[in-house]
Amino acid sequence: MIEDKYIGEEFIDIISSQPFNRREFMKKTGGAIIVLFTLGDISALEGMEPQRRGRPEDINAYFRIEATGRITCLVGKVELGQGAITALAQMAADELDVSMESIDMVMGDTDICPWDSGTWGSQTIRFTGPVLREAAAKTRAVLIEIAAEQLKVPIERLTAKNGVIFEESNSDNRITYSQLAKGKIIERRVKGKVDLKNVSEFNIMGKPFLRVDSHEKVTGKAKYAGDIRLPGMLYAKILRPPSHDAKLKSVDVSGVKNLEGVTLVQEDDLIAVLHNNPDNAEAALSKIKTQYDSPEAQFDDKTIHEHLLNSAESRRVVDEKGDIKNGEKLADISTEETYFDNYFAHATIETHTALANIEGDKATVWVSTQGPFVIKDQIAEAIGFPSEKVRVITPFVGGGFGGKSPGRQALEAAKLAKITGKPVQVAWTRAEEFFYDTYRPAAVIKIKSGTTKSGDITFFDYNVYYAGTRGAELFYEIPNYALVSLGGRSAHPFATGAWRAPGNSTNTFARECQIDIMASKAGIDPVEFRLKHIKDKRVRNALEAAADKFGWSPKKTPSGRGWGVAMGTDVGSYVAHIAEVEVDKNTGRVQVKRIVCAQEMGIVINPQGATIQIEGCINMGLGYALTEEMRYRGGEIFNTNFDTYEITRFSMTPKIETVIVDNKETSPQGGGEPAIICMGGVIANAVYDAIGARVFQLPITPERIKEAMKRG
Amino acid sequence: MKETINFKLNGKSTRLTVDGERMLLWVLRTDLDLTGTKFGCGISACGACTVLVDNEAVRSCQFPMKYVNGKEVITIEGLAKNGDLHPLQKAFREHDALQCGFCTPGMILTAYSLLLKNPNPSRDEIIDGMNDNLCRCGAHNRIIQAIETTSKK
Ligand code: FES
Ligand code: FES
Repeated sequence: MIEDKYIGEEFIDIISSQPFNRREFMKKTGGAIIVLFTLGDISALEGMEPQRRGRPEDINAYFRIEATGRITCLVGKVELGQGAITALAQMAADELDVSMESIDMVMGDTDICPWDSGTWGSQTIRFTGPVLREAAAKTRAVLIEIAAEQLKVPIERLTAKNGVIFEESNSDNRITYSQLAKGKIIERRVKGKVDLKNVSEFNIMGKPFLRVDSHEKVTGKAKYAGDIRLPGMLYAKILRPPSHDAKLKSVDVSGVKNLEGVTLVQEDDLIAVLHNNPDNAEAALSKIKTQYDSPEAQFDDKTIHEHLLNSAESRRVVDEKGDIKNGEKLADISTEETYFDNYFAHATIETHTALANIEGDKATVWVSTQGPFVIKDQIAEAIGFPSEKVRVITPFVGGGFGGKSPGRQALEAAKLAKITGKPVQVAWTRAEEFFYDTYRPAAVIKIKSGTTKSGDITFFDYNVYYAGTRGAELFYEIPNYALVSLGGRSAHPFATGAWRAPGNSTNTFARECQIDIMASKAGIDPVEFRLKHIKDKRVRNALEAAADKFGWSPKKTPSGRGWGVAMGTDVGSYVAHIAEVEVDKNTGRVQVKRIVCAQEMGIVINPQGATIQIEGCINMGLGYALTEEMRYRGGEIFNTNFDTYEITRFSMTPKIETVIVDNKETSPQGGGEPAIICMGGVIANAVYDAIGARVFQLPITPERIKEAMKRG
Repeated sequence: MKETINFKLNGKSTRLTVDGERMLLWVLRTDLDLTGTKFGCGISACGACTVLVDNEAVRSCQFPMKYVNGKEVITIEGLAKNGDLHPLQKAFREHDALQCGFCTPGMILTAYSLLLKNPNPSRDEIIDGMNDNLCRCGAHNRIIQAIETTSKK
């Protein structure tokens, strides 16, 4: 597997001007092997532009092999709950030929981990995976090289298994990885090529593993950003406006001036009170009196869609095929519908939190973030430090879903630490979390489509306002087709951003409803209707697997059974969902009884982790499908807590069954997001099948269902 | 107003002089460095801050210190005995009943008090008992399974 030419002359002993702390990290252990890489050393990074962009040309270590037998694996990704900590360890252990138990993961520490673009877009397994695997395989090769020197055996005669390197013809001539590291520090630089394992050679990859961080998490030992304590630290509470468009007219801080233990900071528009108890800081904040000017609101949660339609100033044809006009002529049955999506909050249970500590010219900031390296540069700018003097450490993060890509709280903590000269924690309240969230954007989608009498789709004219086109690419075979994106400058009253599979849940909802309506009008079972228009094997396999698992039997809708289907694609994977719902016609309440999801995601590294991501997507997605609803007027947000913003509860959880469709030909694809995209569509379709009434707006609330029944 | 509060914390007698109006959550997290108890909402709406007071699950974000006097408080840090995980903690691990883990301490302690009152709950009773604990990662079905497994033991 290891090419001969790779061994020998290609190792370079390191003489470099490493940043101080990295050297420190490498030196501090007694006895370790550290294998070093520069950017060009990892061929998996070739052609991976987003992964390379901004990556410094410095020297990195992915592994430290300790004399104790422990192996530290360093990656710039962070653990948000998605289970990267387990799957990455699997990849590392397998390619290194060591046990899972010997790996210690260190993630998201900008001083010691290799640069990373950020933990979003379901990229960890897809893009970091190959890089880490290559680094591990190359590290293994270095270990064999060092063993060859110590055992005085040519490299070709050695092999490595389970942390032991031995002579193939004489397995008594052996040495363990940890013995190699004993009593010395070896740094080696690697170059050249190694082959990664084939699927058939996987020992640890491809097998289900339970989370490796669960012991810490069930005992309360797991540290999140808000759990870090430093001597003399202060807890800050910051003055917030009542609305995004409000301007501070006057402020009276006399009420906090004489409060015991309270530090007041007033610098530009940053007004904060700090105390060595967070609750006392919060009480002090309420003593500040303010007056704000707010402009008259132009729209609210009732009129937002009209506002968006009026604001769209640009129109871009993203994809086109055939001729829509021609397709219209060929159609016997036409369908023209408009779909509406609302703003949705990320609502992670952990709010945005950071602790900043500045000592001399160095700032260390613990942040609940999805992008430690991005935040590091932003902090540096905010406090006027050179970037290399800022270290971001990412402890466990209490959920992300895109919401913890922005890290305003870290900048606030760093500024306050600089001003006060003390370590400062900023932990947002739930109200701040809702106020500064970067919401999934409200959107409108207009679709015109048609079929022949026999149910062949002749055209599909798709126009999406303000959601972008992720997930809108068509995998149905349709001869005449247009995909148009409309929007322009943000017309939103507050910040919007990436929300688990950004834009895709919106697009999948609209498309899958439209497909269902066409099937219903043509009198064809919705699974059959879809299959009739799908050629691609990966897509078909997903749908057939879901139908099979569910025990689908064809019937035209509405059948009264309350069965619905939806499918879609995201981050290289395909998903198909089938739901069974019960609708109370008097109250309009929906109870989802059962959801089956089949996901085709290429080669799977951790089937257990992938399954849990599917389940998590389904449970989280029930919220946007059924209950989550933002209330606002202009930039004033009325949801300040979970009492009015209803996320999924236990009582909403259906029976969930998952299938991971076998495909060993395709490299691993994304798993963190796909299974959330169908939740609106599958429930809307099942509700229609149950009661013959269709809701065109998310969430599908009892009021909207009752309205739909009235419309008939 | 500062008062002296005597209570048992994870099996140890504890005496604190604090403002009796302060909430248990912040005293645990700040004064006592027990950070396993989490803040999620501050209004008793999420359950992340759940601890046991005399074996009853309470929301520490709205539980004033003055009511702690003379009581026995158990936090997630106090559930394992001599390094042995409580059966619920084991079941949460075996079922992977957590993702980010932020809701987990509150889930486990709510389930603990539920099982004390009702050692053999039906699925519906579990859902009922857990319904005011929120999990954004969507570990619900596995949490139910973990509780079912524990109750059967
Ligand atoms: S923090 Fe106490 S219930 Fe949410
Ligand atoms: S595991 Fe993340 S909130 Fe429950």
